Amino acid sequence: MNKPFKDIVSAASRREVLVVGSALAGTSLLVGCSLPDALSAGSKVEVGAFGPFLKFSPDGTVTVISKHIEFGQGNHAGLAAIAAEELDADWTKVKVEQAAANAKLYGNVNMGGTQGTGGSSAIANSWTQLRTAGAAARAMFVSAAAAKWGVSAGEITVTNGVIAHPSGKQSGFGELVADAAKVAPPEAPKLKDPKTFTLVGTNRVRRKDSAAKSNGTARYTQDVRLPDMLVAMVAHAPKFGAKVKSFDATEAKKTAGVTAVYEIPTGVAVVANSTWAAKQGRDALKVEWDESKAETRSSAQILAEFKDLASGKTPAPDDKKKGWKGFDSKGDAAKAAGGTAAIDVTYDFPYLAHAAMEPMNCVAMVGKGPTKLIFGSQTPTLDQINTAGIVMALPGSIQIETLFAGGSFGRRANFQSDYVTECVHIAKKVGKGRPVKLVWTREDDMRAGYYRPLVHHAVRVTTDAQGFPATWKHRIVTQSIMKGAPPGSPGGGGIDFTAVEGAMGSPYLKATPIVDAQLITPDAGVPVLWWRSVGATHTAYVMEHTIDQLAKKAGKDPVEYRRALYQKAGAGRHLTVLNLAAEKAGWTTPAADGWTRGVAVHESFGSVVAQVAEVKVENGTPRVGRVVTAIDCGTAISPDQIAAQMEGGTCYGLSAALFGSITLTGGVVDQQNFDTYRVLRNSEAPTVETYIVPSTAPPSGVGEPGTPVIGPAVANALLAITGRPTLSQPFVKT
Amino acid sequence: MATTVDVNGRALNVNSPPDTPLLWVLRDELGLTGTKYGCGVAQCGACTVLADGQPIRSCQVPISALGAAKITTIEGLGGNHPLQQAWVKLDVPQCGYCQSGQIMSACALLAANPKPDDAAITGAMDGNICRCGAYQRIRAAIKEAAAAPAAPAVSAEPAAAPAPSPAA
Repeated sequence: MNKPFKDIVSAASRREVLVVGSALAGTSLLVGCSLPDALSAGSKVEVGAFGPFLKFSPDGTVTVISKHIEFGQGNHAGLAAIAAEELDADWTKVKVEQAAANAKLYGNVNMGGTQGTGGSSAIANSWTQLRTAGAAARAMFVSAAAAKWGVSAGEITVTNGVIAHPSGKQSGFGELVADAAKVAPPEAPKLKDPKTFTLVGTNRVRRKDSAAKSNGTARYTQDVRLPDMLVAMVAHAPKFGAKVKSFDATEAKKTAGVTAVYEIPTGVAVVANSTWAAKQGRDALKVEWDESKAETRSSAQILAEFKDLASGKTPAPDDKKKGWKGFDSKGDAAKAAGGTAAIDVTYDFPYLAHAAMEPMNCVAMVGKGPTKLIFGSQTPTLDQINTAGIVMALPGSIQIETLFAGGSFGRRANFQSDYVTECVHIAKKVGKGRPVKLVWTREDDMRAGYYRPLVHHAVRVTTDAQGFPATWKHRIVTQSIMKGAPPGSPGGGGIDFTAVEGAMGSPYLKATPIVDAQLITPDAGVPVLWWRSVGATHTAYVMEHTIDQLAKKAGKDPVEYRRALYQKAGAGRHLTVLNLAAEKAGWTTPAADGWTRGVAVHESFGSVVAQVAEVKVENGTPRVGRVVTAIDCGTAISPDQIAAQMEGGTCYGLSAALFGSITLTGGVVDQQNFDTYRVLRNSEAPTVETYIVPSTAPPSGVGEPGTPVIGPAVANALLAITGRPTLSQPFVKT
Repeated sequence: MATTVDVNGRALNVNSPPDTPLLWVLRDELGLTGTKYGCGVAQCGACTVLADGQPIRSCQVPISALGAAKITTIEGLGGNHPLQQAWVKLDVPQCGYCQSGQIMSACALLAANPKPDDAAITGAMDGNICRCGAYQRIRAAIKEAAAAPAAPAVSAEPAAAPAPSPAA
């Protein structure tokens, strides 16, 4: 390592952004380089005899080390089950431990080897890795037993944690740990034939954390209490891009319990010996803001500007980077603008806050020994890099203890590590390695940006004699999530994949002879980010609701209409989930009295989901009852957790479709808390039935694909009820 | 100035200023971190605890207003409460952050209405937001607990009283 470390940090940063960003967006760009080596320099993580993913205790406990954070999606159970299956371990003796931050040991295969959880990739990227780890350890135990018992390894079986020989000799893993640890791991351990799986794919794969999460002992960042720990709150600018001009901390410092007030890059931090004191102190601050570079537009104005770009009223910049960029286009674009349109509509989507139940927070210790962070880190490598730049250390030397997080939905992964670096700045001011817990109030969290972007779509479709799309003109206007990624990456100089995924690659566009589809990504000062299912949050809605409008125009049944298009496009998996959902929902039979069905299908993160939603309108508000879901997610690890993700993803998507909206007035976010940012509540939550398509393909995503389908399914039911399309979200205006 | 609060069957002296919301006294001073902060304005229910068996949003109640009220937190349910067993049996939690509040609201519901119907359940639970959308499992787990043979144990009284850990 001859380069100064700052060069390495910055070089790593650029590539990191590229690979992590594209992977989070659902692509899998693999960069073959020594990036994980560079990023893990300075790291001290001990690896035992059974590799970085497995530990065995003499008492028989098998510990699976998860490189992924558990923030709700059940991946800890799924990851453990994959290794346990190949080990033939006793599932009741398997526990899960969170990995340290180390890109080399714990990189995400789908993120170019940097460590992070996202893009619904936890199970998918670990599938072969953990099967191999489990199979290798199993072989080591079998070898150890063979040597100890003086028998042939080929005669030894392992069943439910019991290593046995026909002679009657048997042992658990625990008794053989010391011997097995001395066996050289096989280079290419033989993996099981999936047909012989006894754990994976069964409802024995249950969460390991339900008890701790039902008795108050599960530990979240908010719960961290350490000797001498201080609690910090920060006064943030009311407008994005504003900076501190001046502040008066006189009253804040008088607040009992407040120990210090610091100016930091993102505002003014009040540090105190309790959360309540920090809040009282923060509220007593007087801050003047320099808004000369702040975003001052309202969201309505930003949307109006987007609409003018889409309609052509405002000409697009004649610039490769800032102008329109095509995707999936084919044939004569002029023809897509001509003829008589069957459908000529626009769709609007607001900014959305993730609003995870646990507001963003972090604990940091800076200034004595290695910098240490304790929090729910979704992208440890990014968080290490961003922290390293502040404390002047090697990224790999930044220690991260990752805890459970009270939800994320994408919010905890961003290129700036915004709330993490805020905490690190404060902890650096405090110094001496003293722990500082940064606590954001709900208001801080909701007004901090990193929203699902505001999006506008314009769609014009002409049809053939049978009523199927002949030409499809599509314009998407939105801020780029991937802005700033290097040229040549999917999110850089090319098209921002996160803005078009779901429209791009759609079977409907494949089935249309002439397509003119383009994206433009104007700038705005509102920070934007992936939000559970990312581009699909709007593209699934636009494609699926447009299809129902076309089917209606053609006088065809929406399911039949889709079947024909999937056959044209060769979209076999779409057809399978559609047929399964339609069958289970009883599509061809009438719905219960007063209910109307709507259907939608969408592929995201490698999985395809179809939903049939039963809807009625009560007091002007759509009510969603039964939702039948069919998913093809490749090999199912935990059917029950897949169902849980369909249930939860559906609620998350429905909450946004019905109620979700962040608006700005004069650059100030209007919503502050759940009283003004309405979210789905229990009485509004549907009952979701989940059916999984049997598959032997490798596992694909589950955390996100359940989210984007419910919105259009409900809109399609409303179309059937009212005869009118729903062209903007949220459906319920406040 | 010390205030006395009765938490999970123990009378405890706390030193937080009297205007401090119960939530922060439980969490910061008594170390009972099972009760969560979610919104601070009684909109999300994550901070729900019982006061004399009635659900309250602890983010809104200063300790000076508690008087002699007996407070029960998630820690006070002891871990084997029928609701907690049902929560585990059905794998209700996802991120889990809201679940203490959900369970405390459900506890108050079952104490008042041991066999609630769907409307009673959603009526009692609508103040508790779950962003993971575990709602249908919450409904199912409440029914499961209500049907459990041990249902009479559903009580606002603490099943066990773990010692609070004072601020480190």
